[in-house]
Amino acid sequence: MTITITQILFWILSVAALFSALMVITSKNPVHSVLWLIATFFSISGHYILLSAQFLAVVNIIVYAGAIMVLFLFVIMLMNLNRETEPQKNRWIKMAGAIAGGCLLLVLVASLKNVESASTIEDVKGGDVGFIKRLGKELFSTYVVPFEISSILFLSAMVGAVVIGKKE
Amino acid sequence: MPITHYIILSLALFSIGIVGVLTRRNAIIIFMCIELMLNAVNLLLVAFSKMHNYAAIKAAADQKLPITEAILNTGSEGQIFVFFIMVVAAAEVTVGLAIIVMMYRNIHSVDVNFLNRLKH
Amino acid sequence: MKNALNIVYLIPLLPLVGFLINGLLRKHLSKSMISVVGCGTILVSFALSIVMFLQVKNGDGGTIEYFNFISVGELTIPFAFQIDQLSSLFLLIITGVGFLIHVYSTSYMQEEKPEHFGRYFSYLNLFVFSMLLLVMGANYVIMFIGWEGVGLCSYLLIGYWFKNNEYNKAANKAFVMNRIGDLAFLIAIFWIIAKTGGVNYGEVFAFAPKLSGTDATIITLLLFVGAAGKSAQIPLYTWLPDAMAGPTPVSALIHAATMVTAGIYMIARSNVLYSLSEVSMNVVAIVGLATALLAATIALKQNDIKKVLAYSTVSQLGYMFLALGVGAYSAGVFHVMTHAFFKALLFLAAGSVIHAMSGEQDIRNMGGLSKKIRITFITFLIGCIAIAGIPPFSGFFSKDAILLNALLVDSHDGSFSIKGIILYGVALFTALLTAFYMFRLLFITFSGTFRGTEEQKHHIHESPAPMTIPLIILAVLSIIGGLIGIPDAIVKGGDKFTEFLSPVIAQRAGHPVSHSTEYMLMGLSTVLVGITIIVAWRQYRNYKRKEATGFAKVLEDKWYVDEFYEKIIVKPLHNFGGFLKNVFEKLVVDGLVNGVGRMVNYGGRQFRLLQSGQVGSYVLLMVLSMVIIFLVQFFLRK
Repeated sequence: MTITITQILFWILSVAALFSALMVITSKNPVHSVLWLIATFFSISGHYILLSAQFLAVVNIIVYAGAIMVLFLFVIMLMNLNRETEPQKNRWIKMAGAIAGGCLLLVLVASLKNVESASTIEDVKGGDVGFIKRLGKELFSTYVVPFEISSILFLSAMVGAVVIGKKE
Repeated sequence: MPITHYIILSLALFSIGIVGVLTRRNAIIIFMCIELMLNAVNLLLVAFSKMHNYAAIKAAADQKLPITEAILNTGSEGQIFVFFIMVVAAAEVTVGLAIIVMMYRNIHSVDVNFLNRLKH
Repeated sequence: MKNALNIVYLIPLLPLVGFLINGLLRKHLSKSMISVVGCGTILVSFALSIVMFLQVKNGDGGTIEYFNFISVGELTIPFAFQIDQLSSLFLLIITGVGFLIHVYSTSYMQEEKPEHFGRYFSYLNLFVFSMLLLVMGANYVIMFIGWEGVGLCSYLLIGYWFKNNEYNKAANKAFVMNRIGDLAFLIAIFWIIAKTGGVNYGEVFAFAPKLSGTDATIITLLLFVGAAGKSAQIPLYTWLPDAMAGPTPVSALIHAATMVTAGIYMIARSNVLYSLSEVSMNVVAIVGLATALLAATIALKQNDIKKVLAYSTVSQLGYMFLALGVGAYSAGVFHVMTHAFFKALLFLAAGSVIHAMSGEQDIRNMGGLSKKIRITFITFLIGCIAIAGIPPFSGFFSKDAILLNALLVDSHDGSFSIKGIILYGVALFTALLTAFYMFRLLFITFSGTFRGTEEQKHHIHESPAPMTIPLIILAVLSIIGGLIGIPDAIVKGGDKFTEFLSPVIAQRAGHPVSHSTEYMLMGLSTVLVGITIIVAWRQYRNYKRKEATGFAKVLEDKWYVDEFYEKIIVKPLHNFGGFLKNVFEKLVVDGLVNGVGRMVNYGGRQFRLLQSGQVGSYVLLMVLSMVIIFLVQFFLRK
């Protein structure tokens, strides 16, 4: 069995994603959490590239790691949240949460581990489904109506944010 | 890569998100964990999309069929879906953060334990 | 006339309609309207019954099926009517006597408020409907429906004056005792279904020869228990005297002329089954005779005019069962008919007396009424003669037929068996007792001097025409009713009645007794009855009130049978009920019920803590639930 470059990258990115995700939930300082989450998103974007979904990888970085996370960071800094102000749950509740999450993981893995185990993902010739050209065509032909509707969603979200955020 | 690897990776990320929601009291962190869970799902969707695309092309090649545009497009729905999830997530974050800011303005905290009025 | 069977459903339907009209609109109709509806429906039914009777007489009876009443697996129970000799005869009795009593009631119940008046007539119509259903049904299930219906109406009418708690108790007693019999009847029906696979008379009787002896005996004995409940035989007879709490016309209709003879009808109907079981026949005969004797002795010392008649009814019913038990089904049914005439007459006349006495029922407070209420007296006298069995009144012929058949039981060559002689002797003795207590009643009530209060004396008056006319008609029927069953010894071929019933009722073969013997027996009974009446006259024409002592006291207190039942059955049941109520109910039932309540309460209090309002705990629960759902799905798929 030979180890390809893809496999090596997969494992590195997986470890990075999981580690930074764990750091997100364990960091005491919210700002650190945000930064670790950005790291997670970068690893996930790396996975997307491995899966030859370049478009989504880029969008992920721009929208998530860029816009959204900056928004988070902005809010946290606006509220001046730091390690000292961070509320902590007591140890038992934390443990209960961790065990519950672990159980869920266990059960999900157990129930899904046999799913199409034979299927693999490899790069094949012409496998350019994630390229912007192909997705763009799809998006603006087949899915043009949902695409336009999502703009209305954005508009309403914007209006909502303004309404909620404004002082009385 | 076997699809199982991606499934397990996604589930692990998802569960970490859940553990985060369960163990943290800071509303913003909880919100971030939700984003993490969304991303785990996105990853899985992309993996499946790619798997189907690969399987379709391979099957066509094995049977010496001409590789048409439709075959090349197989699985693009998954990625389109991910795109829409991102769109919705962005909208959600906008409103969610506005709500958190509002909450902070009212109770000067982002601790969800203060939000225990659901039982009234 | 062939098509008359097509409208046979109208016979029971009309009283039902009358019941609905009177029952639902009783607050809006005037008394006269209620009377018209109540009597009119019965009159039309009576007319239709005559049509049916004539048709059956021409041999055009039959079974009419309407729809499938119950259809389960192999068993189908059709809703069907059977019009044959037996049922058409009962139709005549029920609607005929029923109509007269309805007419009588319009006057007797005049003092009731309109809505109670309507209630009374609706019950009465419902009763007639049920009774018609009972006799017209072509299978045991339809009979049972009618059977329960008449039981219900009996209950409702005994407790008609529901403000008096004693009356309610009497109604309950009648209902419960009937229920015991009904249970046996029901089991008998199940048994019949299990063994023969059907309940239609035709099928069951056709199958009967294939029944084993044990099955036949069990079925017939169970049916007899049912009949004993309905027809007030030992040991279930004590409800009938108490049932006199109801209005007198009700006693006449339900507790003398029709409902109590349902048992006779049922056994006569099932005569094919009874003929298969020697044991059951003997039981029926012995129970019937014992009841006849016991009730007659009790009647000797009763002082309530209706109670005497009630015990007399029980006694006469015993007579009918004796007839059935010795295989003389047609004699039994004959006695049902004549008894319906003269007992209805006696009750109605008694009602007239009570009416005249402003509600007084104790004969010790009466006396010397014969001159003041002439029509009532004469009709009552006719009734007494008829029941005592003086020729040529109706009672003579039917009673004579029963006595003769009792004597001839087990006899095949003209000689009498010991059993026959014993049955005959006791039955004759009972007949003498009957004559004695009836004439005692007559003399105490109507002769001598008046013993009531001045106010009552001043008030005595003859009843109005709607009451006296039924009395006169019934009196005429009591006189001539027996003439359709004159024994062969007197008029050759005079027994039209038995001849008429012969298609449905098996006859004993041959006539093993000579005509001279028959004359002798008739003479004997007539002379003895005559002597008894003279004795009664000497003893009671100038009755003086005195307390009963010794054996008379035992008789007056009805052999203490009620007290015996009270001690043996009611008390233990009562104690058992008390145990259940005080111990079982409190500890087990209440414990369970309260326990459930307390558990829910406690659980609620604990589970309430789950709803903390904390988002975190909700999410935690959600995750745990998801785990559980996945686990369940995971394991169930394996």
